[in-house]
Amino acid sequence: MPILSIKNLTMAFGGLAALTNINITVEKDELVGLIGPNGAGKTTIFNLLTGIYTPTQGVIEYQQNGSTRTINKLKPHVISSLGIARTFQNIRLFKDLTVLDNIRISIHKNVNYGVMPAFFKLPRVYSEEREILGKSNEILEIFGLESKKYELAKNLPYGEQRRLEIARALATNPSLLLLDEPAAGMNPNETSMLTDLIKWIWKEYGLTILLIEHDMSVVMKICERIYVLDYGMLIAEGTPEEIRTNKRVIQAYLGGELQNDA
Amino acid sequence: MKDTIKRLLQYTASVVLLYALIQLLIFAGIINEYYQVTLAMICINIILAVSLNLITGFTGQFSLGHAGFMSIGAYTCALMTLRVGGLFSFILGILLGAILAAMVGFIIGMPTLRLKGDYLAIATLGFAEIIRIILLNLDFTGGARGLADIPRYTNWTWLYIFTVICIVVTVNFIKSSHGRVCISIREDEIAAETLGINITRYKVLSFVIGAFFAGIAGALYASYFYYIKPGLFGFLKSIDILVIVVLGGMGSITGSILASIFLAVISTYLQAFAEFRMIIYAVILVIIMIFRPQGLMGTKEFKPEQVEKRIKERNNR
Repeated sequence: MPILSIKNLTMAFGGLAALTNINITVEKDELVGLIGPNGAGKTTIFNLLTGIYTPTQGVIEYQQNGSTRTINKLKPHVISSLGIARTFQNIRLFKDLTVLDNIRISIHKNVNYGVMPAFFKLPRVYSEEREILGKSNEILEIFGLESKKYELAKNLPYGEQRRLEIARALATNPSLLLLDEPAAGMNPNETSMLTDLIKWIWKEYGLTILLIEHDMSVVMKICERIYVLDYGMLIAEGTPEEIRTNKRVIQAYLGGELQNDA
Repeated sequence: MKDTIKRLLQYTASVVLLYALIQLLIFAGIINEYYQVTLAMICINIILAVSLNLITGFTGQFSLGHAGFMSIGAYTCALMTLRVGGLFSFILGILLGAILAAMVGFIIGMPTLRLKGDYLAIATLGFAEIIRIILLNLDFTGGARGLADIPRYTNWTWLYIFTVICIVVTVNFIKSSHGRVCISIREDEIAAETLGINITRYKVLSFVIGAFFAGIAGALYASYFYYIKPGLFGFLKSIDILVIVVLGGMGSITGSILASIFLAVISTYLQAFAEFRMIIYAVILVIIMIFRPQGLMGTKEFKPEQVEKRIKERNNR
């Protein structure tokens, strides 16, 4: 049973077709890559999966606990509660809040006390807040951000901001994680550390991961399967080996006329 | 746990002490009738500014309709005390006014909070004008003449009680998980949404809480100044409140308190300059905005614990 199946997905912004007839399936526990040149529509797929856009056509099905749901008309917060979390290409941390608060906010849906107890700070608020703090510290420790928890998110170095964003997504306790160019702007050293981290959380949390990445060293190293997107259309699908030698993929990235080779 | 109780006791003690001190000064005649008006304005402005700060400074929803909610509280309390009379009707009027304002806040918030930035500001401004015009045209609100001879029940005690309640409830809310969520909406709506936060719910919630306290402020106002009319709650009043919030710092409760006191004291002392008063007032605002564009406090809060720590550090040196 695939955890995610995208069927005949089309997205048009006015007259511009950003995505045409996309079919993607992701099996449970897979780590799938999504690559393609700039403007191919990769992030648009993520925005459709998380409910930020509603697709023009097609369905997105998500399977959770054995039941399949169509999620393409749901709101982002509902989709998140079903267990889909994401990071953003252009980091979207809560910049003026502390590292700790960034994590605490993403555990909010576990909070049981209502607004009224919050107004009067009843004892249960104290005990639940302590619980939230404990959970947050746990996550921060895993990601090596424990020592920086009182710093503002905007003051972290770039690599750590990326890591915090992944930590924040994981704090929502997802089963499907969407990573949008996690290695963008990192140096080779940071990139290889991040690659190890992604691999580790994938195994440790039993996640299914869909990964957008430009850095081929990351994609080729960790993805089990890769989809290639160009001008809003899927042009190839396969294992890293197959993609590496695929003519259409090479042309999409390096340019050139298709008929010359055919 | 022991620390929490100790701090709680310290806060309670200082709150009671401040009340007793000012009450004493009123008895002794040092704060005379004239300065008592300033004191009332400070308290009412604190409630208004803190509640607007929750909406604009913390949740990041730019609202220009706060005077509208204030007017609902004012008229409700005024009508209650005029028609029924007695201290009981005053307290009932305050609560009813606040609840009515919160309900109107909910009705206005549902459609308008889908809008962003300037559009939201204009929509809330429009709704506040609608409220004002309704009050202007109804018979039982006295039309343009307004309501006069409202019995005065508001005194220092009531003002202080409601100001403290407003501050404590707002601060508790902001410090809770729900409050953190509101701040996250200000920081990045899309990110908040993808973390599973129902942003519409929290925007409306902060709007309703803000409207509730604005209603209380209006009720206290009506019962202190004997007389209200729709013209008092026009959009200039909303701007006045916004000025306090911006001056104190968007996202700082202590900033709003400080700015309320600061502006009330300045305008009291400027009474002596008669016609130059508004010019000097405006110049002071311009100067502050040039040198501290983030407001007096920015998003920081004044915490007694920090002062204590600083003093200890200095002594140890």
